[in-house]
Amino acid sequence: MLDRAFVSVNCTAHLSRSAVRVKGLSSRNISRRFSHVASENRPVRVAVVGSGPAGFYAAARLLSKQENVNVDMYEKLPVPFGLARYGVAPDHPEVKNCEDKFTEVATSPRFKFIGNIELGNDLPLSVLKPHYDVILFAYGAAKDKELGIPGEQALRSVYSARAFVGWYNGLPEHRDLNPDLSNGEDAVIVGQGNVALDVARILLSDVDSLRSTDIATHALDTLSKSKIKRVRVVGRRGPLQASFTIKEIRELLQLPSVAFEPIRSDVMPPDSVINGLPRAQKRLMQLLAKGSANDPQTATKSWSLDFLLSPECLNWSPVHPYRLSHAKFSRNELDPSDPFNPSSRVTPKFLSSGKRAEVNLSSSIFFRSVGYKSLPLPGLEDLGIEFDTQRGVIPNDGFGRVKSPITKGETQTLPDGSLIAHLPGLYCAGWVKRGPTGVIASTMTDAFTTVDTILQDLASHNGSLLNAPGQSTGLGWDGIKAVAQERGLRATSWEDWQRIDAIERERGQQQGRPREKFTRVQEMLEALD
Amino acid sequence: MALWQGFSQQLRKAVPKTAGEVCLTQSRRYVSSSIPRRLRSANRWDVSTKRSVQFPLQGWKLAQRSFSATAHAAHGHITPPKPGEEINIAFIDKDGTRVDLQVAEGDNLLDIAQANDLEMEGACGGSCACSTCHVIVEDPDVFDKMEEPSDDENDMLDLAFGLTETSRLGCQVLMTKDLDGLVVKLPTMTRNLQASDFEQK
Repeated sequence: MLDRAFVSVNCTAHLSRSAVRVKGLSSRNISRRFSHVASENRPVRVAVVGSGPAGFYAAARLLSKQENVNVDMYEKLPVPFGLARYGVAPDHPEVKNCEDKFTEVATSPRFKFIGNIELGNDLPLSVLKPHYDVILFAYGAAKDKELGIPGEQALRSVYSARAFVGWYNGLPEHRDLNPDLSNGEDAVIVGQGNVALDVARILLSDVDSLRSTDIATHALDTLSKSKIKRVRVVGRRGPLQASFTIKEIRELLQLPSVAFEPIRSDVMPPDSVINGLPRAQKRLMQLLAKGSANDPQTATKSWSLDFLLSPECLNWSPVHPYRLSHAKFSRNELDPSDPFNPSSRVTPKFLSSGKRAEVNLSSSIFFRSVGYKSLPLPGLEDLGIEFDTQRGVIPNDGFGRVKSPITKGETQTLPDGSLIAHLPGLYCAGWVKRGPTGVIASTMTDAFTTVDTILQDLASHNGSLLNAPGQSTGLGWDGIKAVAQERGLRATSWEDWQRIDAIERERGQQQGRPREKFTRVQEMLEALD
Repeated sequence: MALWQGFSQQLRKAVPKTAGEVCLTQSRRYVSSSIPRRLRSANRWDVSTKRSVQFPLQGWKLAQRSFSATAHAAHGHITPPKPGEEINIAFIDKDGTRVDLQVAEGDNLLDIAQANDLEMEGACGGSCACSTCHVIVEDPDVFDKMEEPSDDENDMLDLAFGLTETSRLGCQVLMTKDLDGLVVKLPTMTRNLQASDFEQK
């Protein structure tokens, strides 16, 4: 029985090795789980939802570790790469080099890109189910967290950093953001992660230094008219609790003609504390203490890191009611018992009069940058998934197996008596799995972990496939295409992307830039006609 | 002959036993490295049999070649060492396998690893903008002999998984004669999957 299942799954005979048994693997399980795949003599079909780094690193690992797997990757935009294309700052082209690897993945005949299909909206997830053995959610974080302060929803002068990043990177969703950078000289960014620092750097950089990047042309036009001279990057807690990383700080400190306002000494940990910190934190604190070598007298722009401030409200000019004038913050104090612990909390600071200590920061433009947020795809519940709206993730066991809401991670008995604690055939990777933190390397590691889990499960675990034996067509996209056509959807292929890519590069070349992106979906599709 | 035997014993365990095949395996990296990887095979997804991967999958044919990164077209070139000028280096793989190689001066560890199908990513293509080519130098004395990492490299290392006192980025370490005999470990990138995680609960 074992041998038969083995040979037919394999499609190629490796009989000599098939006698080797893996712990915990019984012939019954293999035949039960794989007999339908095996008897149909077909590969395991995996749908990857999302084409950013998580999706592509997962596909890379699946295809390179396992021969008998086909991957269909779904993307709502006509073009791939997610945040590698639309999140990584244009002046960090080296970070986008991961796209070369993704492109290599796409050369596999076992890989299919299906762009311009928004699962959950264009096509219900339930349409996918009968045609796949595994669905891997890697669709990232489509929204950002809000501050919940009065004035935040204003239509002008107040922006989400996520939208601003999308705007300068040519993301169609934010093509028409048109931020008003000529309203005044002061920008305030609330949040101290790397996205906040990206926004600060784009605002502070000499626009000419961006002309050789793939930044969106509309952003170049607007930035060239920018009057912003001071950027404040404001955080609720102290330097040791901030989430920026050292590379981004160093870059800002080295920007030509940009001064850095030294951090107030009372919020910095003393040297005695710094010297005892773990390496990464120590280097970061030392860099912050050292500051910038640029002379404030000759600098044309400046920036600061402002700590221990919570935003309260936004105030408009009494004279020009459409003009933002300042943002009000209340002061915080670090937990006095343990102020230099990275997980230290803050409490409101009160004056001797008993009132909250407050401060106004002059602000002609205001950005919130307090983290991204994943949203549930419509129809997740049809697959039995209960999205964790609180944490903004798909509940999972840390290895990427989607937890069953019924069992809450506890074990569940399948009709045949075997036990599982997760939803068969459903996995997640990247930000939708662990929340919107970390660099591409962390997402890569995370995606690899999920894929290793999938492969282990497929080989050795019960209840690993999406459909009961005999219930899956194994057709993948071929089983769905007709439905998509009926609905008038136009899917883009990898070849379509390659044409768009070539046109973008050509347009860029004429301006001495790596590429000029299409910034509207319509334009992308028209370029293909 | 004794020297030759000693040499072949150091080779990774998957390498075939006969002398002829050993020669082939040894020359492989020089041949392959001179051709951009992308062009080397019509279908790079064909599975080659040069490496045995220990993976507890039963009934599945493993793709035995690790997925190779990007960098090959642009960065994957390594130079064959001139006779008599070989520098010895050993990589200890994630599964503990030691791979002994002889390389030329000036090649960096990322290129060397990728040209030899070791599982090392180079997400940023070797431009010191990520930490995926993190290696750990086995001998602290050898680490001290190496050139100090730059601020940029240290900034990236700060984000690396399993950072140690002797961590480096593979793309930033160029082989020199002084580093003859260098042994580096590839850190376990993925969370270790324990057997117990897969037992029936």
